[in-house]
Amino acid sequence: MRKVAFPYMGKSYIAFKNLLTAFGNEVVLPPKPTEETISYGTKYAPEFACYPFKIVLGTFVQVLEAGANTLVSSGGVGPCRAGLYTTLQEKILKDLGYEFEMITLEPPGRHFKDLMQNIKKLVNAPLTFRDYVRIIRFAWRQLVLLDKVEQLSHKVRSLEVKKGAATRAYKECVEMIAAAEKYEDLREIERECELLYDKIEKKDFDPIKIGIVGEIYVLLEPASNLEIEEMLGDLGVYVERSMFLSDYTISNAVMDLFHMAGERDVKKTASPYFKEMCGGHGRESVGNAILFAKMGFDGVIQLSPFTCIPEIVAKSILPKVCRDHGIGFLTISLDEQTGKEGLRTRLEAFVDLLTSKRRKAKSFTVKPQMAKEMA
Amino acid sequence: MAYYMGVDVGSVSTNFVLIDESENVIESIYIRTQGNPIRAVQEGIKMLASRNENNWDVRGVGATGSGRNLAGVIVGADVIKNEITAHAVASLREVPDVQTVIEIGGQDSKIIVLRDGVVTDFAMNTVCAAGTGSFLDQQANRLNIPIEEFGNYALRSKNPVRIAGRCAVFAESDMVHKQQLGHRPEDIIRGLCEALVRNYLNNIAKGKEIRPRVVFQGGVAANAGMKAAFENALGQEIYIPKHYDVMGAIGAALLAKDAQVSKTRFKGFGLSEINFTADSFECSGCPNHCEVVNIKMEGKVIARWGDRCNKWKVLDDTVA
Repeated sequence: MRKVAFPYMGKSYIAFKNLLTAFGNEVVLPPKPTEETISYGTKYAPEFACYPFKIVLGTFVQVLEAGANTLVSSGGVGPCRAGLYTTLQEKILKDLGYEFEMITLEPPGRHFKDLMQNIKKLVNAPLTFRDYVRIIRFAWRQLVLLDKVEQLSHKVRSLEVKKGAATRAYKECVEMIAAAEKYEDLREIERECELLYDKIEKKDFDPIKIGIVGEIYVLLEPASNLEIEEMLGDLGVYVERSMFLSDYTISNAVMDLFHMAGERDVKKTASPYFKEMCGGHGRESVGNAILFAKMGFDGVIQLSPFTCIPEIVAKSILPKVCRDHGIGFLTISLDEQTGKEGLRTRLEAFVDLLTSKRRKAKSFTVKPQMAKEMA
Repeated sequence: MAYYMGVDVGSVSTNFVLIDESENVIESIYIRTQGNPIRAVQEGIKMLASRNENNWDVRGVGATGSGRNLAGVIVGADVIKNEITAHAVASLREVPDVQTVIEIGGQDSKIIVLRDGVVTDFAMNTVCAAGTGSFLDQQANRLNIPIEEFGNYALRSKNPVRIAGRCAVFAESDMVHKQQLGHRPEDIIRGLCEALVRNYLNNIAKGKEIRPRVVFQGGVAANAGMKAAFENALGQEIYIPKHYDVMGAIGAALLAKDAQVSKTRFKGFGLSEINFTADSFECSGCPNHCEVVNIKMEGKVIARWGDRCNKWKVLDDTVA
């Protein structure tokens, strides 16, 4: 039997697990990245590889030790070196003596046949067409819902009266979603989740709003970004992130299949500053920063893994973008450090800066109360 | 008369200042943290207590620096603020028209950009230690030159040698190689200062508009060679504040004064006699496995942090 494992990325493992199990595989759940994961990653990866590579490699070592014999990961096209990472990871792990099959899922628009063959390998149960529809619909809904409750937690955290209330509600929501068995359950759960957040006692004020842009892995996996969104929420900041896995899949897999440019708006928005693609999410970072500015955000934070070329390109353009649009800008380079103090210092100072900036501009504009917006 | 205290617990040094109602610096203390912030804070308080002939009436305490939370709990701070804001506040009070603050301390360096008395941008080094106080300290040691003299050596050089400044490792090997060729120490040291300034302007200050007046503070501002190299590279005069080495602590004291608390949480000058300890445990309540730290006073937990869900949080109100 196939014992399948995949990289850990936020809470998406819940939906992936249920999808792969329904397809007739045993799933070896990847552990949440910890210091142990990072130790494996840095030990076996080339020193100059980026942080996401090391975390994923470390995760693979852990799941192989736990008995996995098949690893599934995404590929990619374009100049970002992440597209080659599964190949390199496969070589490293095989050199270490592990036996397994690596299945790389490439974007469907360019490698459709290859993708279908690979997906076939992961289907190990007799399924009818209706089964497929049922299974995929459920997993997809789970993924969308997981993104939604996470987004809600970032909204509510800045307003909570009792510290930790949003984090606890989020945890409860994730548990409910993970325990769901069928599509119909999810509708009920969605209502319950909304209710949970509604019940949290909120302050009535207009928090500082910060948009987060950058490379996808460090954006989506809190263990790789020192839980920056929680930290900002605790500082009373409303945080929104440019990327969630469900949106990302739509624009990069579904749209790609029909040869449509994913995230077209973002790329178009970026074009006055950034016409060519530079791989990864460099152009998206610029485009999303502009979108955040247009939505009235106070500032933008860019997250990038240390040495990430696409984000280095974006980093040199973003200060001008933010200056032109009159919003604050801070860039954070992430690597294997787990001490949070340096990051907290920068975030606090950034929030101070945005607060005094807003105080200065206040005589001109009155922003709508966000608390009311959300009610 | 009312007094306000500022504590800045940095990686290398722990500083205390005491200011009076008119914001004059009455006392300032600079000690090495030496990896033990609790001990450093207690020692600082003890030193202050020994100079306390007038029985100062401390009305507010501010803490800053990377150890600010710890210091805040131990001393009993009313305001706990990051060092970027604290440095900006202190600089603004002394030089109201400052537009750029260059701050180079023991382990980090930063640039703060101000316009009309408001911080509009800042950056702090993230990835390397080249150009910070520790590196200069180490090089002075290697060349057997007292750190206080280091900068003056650079001023004596007429013919600087080019040193690589991008990375402390490159810089050091470049220095060693040039020294083995027979270059004079003065020329090498001036070359080093120029390299570090080049690196600062190219890395931390990249993309920032450096407008006058430029204020240079932090321990490294004592180095005349660095000041000269900055003036040379920027083509403008650089101002070094009188208390350049304790500006963070001054900022914290000013913030404490501005906060106008009705009753301070300051634990008093006797706190050097109290036994403070810290220990930690891993919470296994959920997959996050948070490292929770206990701060204990005479064996009793007075503060806890490190948990993401706040379930271990005690005595919320002890910290501002």
